[in-house]
Amino acid sequence: MAPLISIKDLSVGFQGVPVLRGVDLTLQKGEAVGLVGESGSGKSVTWLAALGLLPRHANVSGSVRLDGREILGAPASELDQVRGGRVAMIFQDPASALNPVLTIRRQLCEALALHRDLSGQTVKAEARRLLDLVGIPDAARRLEAYPHEFSGGQVQRIMIAMALAGNPDLLVADEPTTALDATIQAQILELLSTIRREMDMAMVLISHDLGVVAENCDRVAVMYAGRIVEAAPANQLFADPLHPYAQGLIGSLPPLDGPRRRLTAIPGTVPDPASMPDGCAFAPRCTLAAAPCGLAAPTLVAIANDRAVACIRAEASRRALLGVAAE
Amino acid sequence: MGRYFAIRIGRAALTIVLVVTFAFVVLRLSGDPALMILGPEAPPEVLAAFRKAWGLDDPIWFQYLDYFGAIAKGELGRSMRDGRPAIELVLERIPATLALTLPAFAFKVALGIPAGIYAALHRGSGIDRAVMMTAVAGFTVPSFVLALLLVLIFAVQLGWLPSGGQDSWRHAILPIVTLSLGGAAVLARFTRSAMLEVLGQPYIRTASAKGVPWRKVVTSHALPNAAIPTVTILGFMVGTLIAGAVVVESVFSWPGVGRLLVVAVANRDLAVVQCILLLVAMTMVTSNLIVDFLYGFLDPRLRAKGAHA
Repeated sequence: MAPLISIKDLSVGFQGVPVLRGVDLTLQKGEAVGLVGESGSGKSVTWLAALGLLPRHANVSGSVRLDGREILGAPASELDQVRGGRVAMIFQDPASALNPVLTIRRQLCEALALHRDLSGQTVKAEARRLLDLVGIPDAARRLEAYPHEFSGGQVQRIMIAMALAGNPDLLVADEPTTALDATIQAQILELLSTIRREMDMAMVLISHDLGVVAENCDRVAVMYAGRIVEAAPANQLFADPLHPYAQGLIGSLPPLDGPRRRLTAIPGTVPDPASMPDGCAFAPRCTLAAAPCGLAAPTLVAIANDRAVACIRAEASRRALLGVAAE
Repeated sequence: MGRYFAIRIGRAALTIVLVVTFAFVVLRLSGDPALMILGPEAPPEVLAAFRKAWGLDDPIWFQYLDYFGAIAKGELGRSMRDGRPAIELVLERIPATLALTLPAFAFKVALGIPAGIYAALHRGSGIDRAVMMTAVAGFTVPSFVLALLLVLIFAVQLGWLPSGGQDSWRHAILPIVTLSLGGAAVLARFTRSAMLEVLGQPYIRTASAKGVPWRKVVTSHALPNAAIPTVTILGFMVGTLIAGAVVVESVFSWPGVGRLLVVAVANRDLAVVQCILLLVAMTMVTSNLIVDFLYGFLDPRLRAKGAHA
C-alpha cells in the first residue's frame, strides 16, 4: 500500500545549529503513530518543518511526500491547501492557540471556507455540527463566544473541531493534553480516538507521556536528539525495547503489576545541539556504549517486520528478538 | 459596560481637577503677575491697586475657591494684559495650531504605522534596519534641533521655504514636517514591536496551520491584535493636538496656542495659562477615554471584564 505520508532524511537547522538530523518516517492511511522523546528531541519540529510552519530563518532539507507528491518547499498556495485540508495540526497550549479577538464562529468558519465548498448558512450549520461533534454543548449560542469564555479543555475541543473542518487525512496532535488536567486529558484522548475511527483519519500523537502513546497508537517512534532511534509497533516496543534509550525510558516507568522494583533513571543529560558528540548522540549516556559507538551515528535499520532501530549494540537484542520469534 | 465607563469618566474628572489645581498653585508661587506685567519700576501703590483689582492680595485658598466658583458659572477669567476673556484669546489661536497638528497627525499615522508593519514582517532585512535607524534618529533628535536643521537646509541654504510666520500654506510645511517626523518614528517603532509580539503568538501558527494564506494571517489575525497596543500611543498623540506644538510654534513664530502659552507663562498671565492647561487636560483626558472605549471595542476580553466589573 502506498504510504499516506513519507518523510525522508528531514533535517532542520537554526542558525547552523542542527535540531533535526535526518528523520525518516512513513505513515499509512488511517494509522495512529506516537512520537515520543524528551523536550527538544525534535518531535514537534519534525511536523512544523514538514508543513512549512517554521520561521523563515530555519534551514530545512530532505523530503516530505504526501500521496507521493513532494510538499517540502512547495509553493505557498499549494501548502495552504495541504495545511488544514490534508494535514491538520493541534497544539499544546489551547489557551493561546486561538485568536483572542475573533469569535469561535469566525475562526471555525474561516477553516471551513478555506477547505470545503460551503457557503452562507451551510457554513454556519457545519460549524455547529463540528462543535456538537467535539462535545461543546449549546453549540449555536457558543459559536458567538470568544476563546476566553471557554475552559482549557473546551478550547482544545474547539481546536479539534477546527482541525476537523477540512476533513484532513492526517491529524498531528502536538502534546494535545499536556496543559490539561488529568481527567480532561482522558476525555480529550477519548474524543481523538473516537473521531479518528469514525473519520478513518491517520493521527500522529506527539507526547512525552509513554502511557498516553501506548494506549492510543498502533506504532511508536522514539526520538532522541533530532533522530528517530527506534520505531516499532506499540505493544512490541513496550514489551521489548531494543534501543538502550528506549529501554531506559520504559525502565523508568513503574510497573502496574508484579513486585515493586526500583525505577531506573537514564544517567546524564541530553547533549547540547550545538555540540553533538561525533558518533551516536546517546553514547555518552549509554550503559552499553562501546568504542565503535563514538565513530559514526548509527542509521535506522529495519531488523524485523516493521521494527527498526538505530543502534549498533542492538545486534544482540535483535538476535534475541528473532530467537524469540522463531520459537 | 456602563460601569466601566462611569469609573473612567469619574477618574477623568479627577485628573482635570488635579491638573488645574497644580497649575493654579504653581503659577501663584512662582512669580508676581503685577511685577511681570507692570514692570519693576512701577510705583508700589500702582502694584497694590493691580493686585487688588485681580484679587491677588486675597489668601490663596480664597482665590482658589473663587476660581472654581467662576468655572462653575462658565467663566474662565480675563487676561491681565488686555482684559479680554482668556477663553476668547485661546479659542482664536486654536485653528492655527490645528492647521499644524492635524496634518502632522495624519502624516504620523500614514508613515509610522505602515513602516512599522513592514519592518516587523521583514524583520532583520535591510529595510527593517533602515526603518529602525530612521526611527531611532527620529525620536532622539529633539524637535527644536530638527526644526533648526530643516530651516538651515530648506530656508537658509536652498531658499525653497520660508523660515517662519503664517502668511501662506508654504509657511506651514516645515513646522508640519518637524512635527510629523518625530511622531512617525515613535509610531513606527511601537507598531513594529506590537506586530512582532503578535506574530510570535501561538494563534498565528494555528492560523497558518489551518491553511490561511499568509497575507490573510497578517490582515485578519495579526493586525487586529497589534492594534490594541498601537491605539494607546495614537490616543496619546490625539491628546497632544492642542498643545503639542509649543516648541515648534516658537521656533517657526507660528501664532498658535503653544506660543500663546509661552508668552502667557512668561508674563504670569494667570487666567490665560490656566485656561490653556484646562483645555489641554480636557483633550488628554478625552482622548484617553476614547482609547478606553476603543480597547473595549478591539479586545473582547476587556469588554467582558467591564461588563462584570
